[in-house]
Amino acid sequence: MTTATPVEAGPPAYDDDVTRKFVLASVLWAAVGMTVGVIIALQLAWWPANAGVPWLSFGRLRPLHTNAVIFAFACNVIFAGIYYSLPRLLKTPMWSPALSRFHFWGWQAIIVSAAVTLPMGMTQSKEYAELIWPIDVAIAVVFLSLCFNVAKTIARRKVKHLYVAIWFYLSFLITIPVLHVFNNLAIPATLTRSYPVYSGMTDALVQWWYGHNAVGFVLTTPFLGLMYYFLPRAAERPVYSYRLSIIHFWALIFLYIWAGPHHLLYSALPDWAQSLGMVFSIVLLAPSWGGMLNGLLTLKGAWERVRTDPILKFMVVAVSFYGMSTFEGPMMSIRSVNALGHFTSWVVGHVHSGALGWVGMMSFGMLYWLVPRLWNRELYSQKLASTHFWTATIGIVLYTVSMWGAGLTEGLMWRAVDEGGRLRYPAFLDIVQQLEPFYWARVLGGALYLTGALVFAWNLARTILPRASTPDAVPAAAK
Amino acid sequence: MSHQEHWHRRLLEGKAGLFAALTTAVISVGGLVEIVPMFTVEAAPDAHVVPEPYTPLEVAGRDIYVREGCSTCHSQMVRPFRDETLRYGEWSHAVEYTWDRPFLLGSRRIGPDLHRVGGKYPDAWHWEHLRDPRSTSPGSIMPAYTWLVEDKLDPEDVRASVKALARVGTPYSEQEIADVPRLMQQQGEAIVRRLAEAGVQAEWDDEVVAVIAYLQRLGTDRPGRDAVAEAP
Repeated sequence: MTTATPVEAGPPAYDDDVTRKFVLASVLWAAVGMTVGVIIALQLAWWPANAGVPWLSFGRLRPLHTNAVIFAFACNVIFAGIYYSLPRLLKTPMWSPALSRFHFWGWQAIIVSAAVTLPMGMTQSKEYAELIWPIDVAIAVVFLSLCFNVAKTIARRKVKHLYVAIWFYLSFLITIPVLHVFNNLAIPATLTRSYPVYSGMTDALVQWWYGHNAVGFVLTTPFLGLMYYFLPRAAERPVYSYRLSIIHFWALIFLYIWAGPHHLLYSALPDWAQSLGMVFSIVLLAPSWGGMLNGLLTLKGAWERVRTDPILKFMVVAVSFYGMSTFEGPMMSIRSVNALGHFTSWVVGHVHSGALGWVGMMSFGMLYWLVPRLWNRELYSQKLASTHFWTATIGIVLYTVSMWGAGLTEGLMWRAVDEGGRLRYPAFLDIVQQLEPFYWARVLGGALYLTGALVFAWNLARTILPRASTPDAVPAAAK
Repeated sequence: MSHQEHWHRRLLEGKAGLFAALTTAVISVGGLVEIVPMFTVEAAPDAHVVPEPYTPLEVAGRDIYVREGCSTCHSQMVRPFRDETLRYGEWSHAVEYTWDRPFLLGSRRIGPDLHRVGGKYPDAWHWEHLRDPRSTSPGSIMPAYTWLVEDKLDPEDVRASVKALARVGTPYSEQEIADVPRLMQQQGEAIVRRLAEAGVQAEWDDEVVAVIAYLQRLGTDRPGRDAVAEAP
């Protein structure tokens, strides 16, 4: 099915060049972001990996890892998917190819400036909003250029009805600027430092309203949009239920916004806000599973192909992990469960089952489908794609299970008291040292996932780089 | 495309502007309901013991705490559980965070919570621990922050921070802003003296001195303590 036929390739009017650019950027940043992830995982298992230099220390590299995988890898995947699918769904080329290029180069410049400033210790410290204020301004401008281009394209569309995928793209394009602007409102002290207009618990609430919805509207809704376009295309089946997609779309975007305070349970945030966060997080399970079911049931009648087609394998595992982590999340938002899990590795494991499982696997599935069509070549190796799939899947399982183990160990040891009411493990360090084997297992899991991504990059490089025309140049170029 | 036209198909999924407007409305409700009351509702009853703003040296130390990403491993949020109050001390109150910009509650405890660390260890312990964590805490996995001992503070840079904090609403007077270098030196020299008594050579404008000032301040503003102190 990966055979690309000229008929299937879009008419020349569609600007696939910008899509190709975003695809290549996403592969590059995947490798960078995941490599930094493995390095910081190693630093927790073996502290000398901090190397004694400021810009390689854990506290500075951790935000580089999160920013690279979210805003460099995942966002470039989303942009590639939007630039490919939106014009085709609307039968209308993007309004301005120049603006698309401004968006591409602007976004890559933002990523490079993040990769320079974060290791230098220039940070606002708010999670996933660490970048300093001049970069924040650039993000707003570049992102709005995409919004404007999409709005103009939609305004002159040739297909009146907006397909499900587009709803999800729109929720991303509308919500992200709102979150980004309000969370980053700050007064500059210098060119690289600023102080937020909110303070204390208000700042914390605004941050987690942002932080949780970065998960919701960067790592969830646009990827559901990609699922609604690329899964039916890859499976050659229509979406299972149109009605279900309507219900779960509106419910999801309404409920998600409320869930932020579950990051602040048992903090000094007013109780009513904590309770709202918990209740809405639990209800969120319903629309999340609506999306999962609609994705999985779309494969009805195509299940035998899942056994053989790597693209469908990636997508099925992605949607399954989406279901798993959107079940785990609401459970962790229940106050008594949160009391045990909060501040532990369990939360890190939860994030990664969503990030590696749902976002990563969906991205790979989409890119394996897209690359042969964009470059009009057959995939270099189906076997390597299968190797990638199994390496990545084993990596995720190892990562998630090790973090469950570490999280429960920490959570239970912190709270253990003896019959006399004294702490059973009064020395925090004793608990830290119990985690070392779990930290090593995590390094291994992450390294496996990274290896899979590198195999993927190699496979794409061999697909894209000219073979037939200049066979002698291949080995050198591919190295 | 189905030929059977549903109302939402015609009205919503066919009209992009309306669709976008409705999406905007739907994603705004939760944030407005949860965040707006934080500005409008009366502060908690314990708000009468609002702490003093951070001193310029503490501001400098806090900026370094932010720069090094200390909050990626250390929370500043003691939860109201028996084990946490046993381990760290009194649970955290909202009023204690009054001047925290940005907030530094943290989300992960790779190391222990620091909200009640102020006064728990002598200054020299922090100096040693930051330079070489394993010298005071064998088996620790914390990176060694040797550069904090070597690098110098820039009082003019700290003045820029204090000025910006004043602009967002922290009550620093014009006089305090003018006096930033002197106030830093004053507080720094007191720490340097205590370090010297423990046999540690340091200067008031070492970065580590500012970090110690900030760490020793943490959690010393708790309402309970002040109420006791104010009682006749």
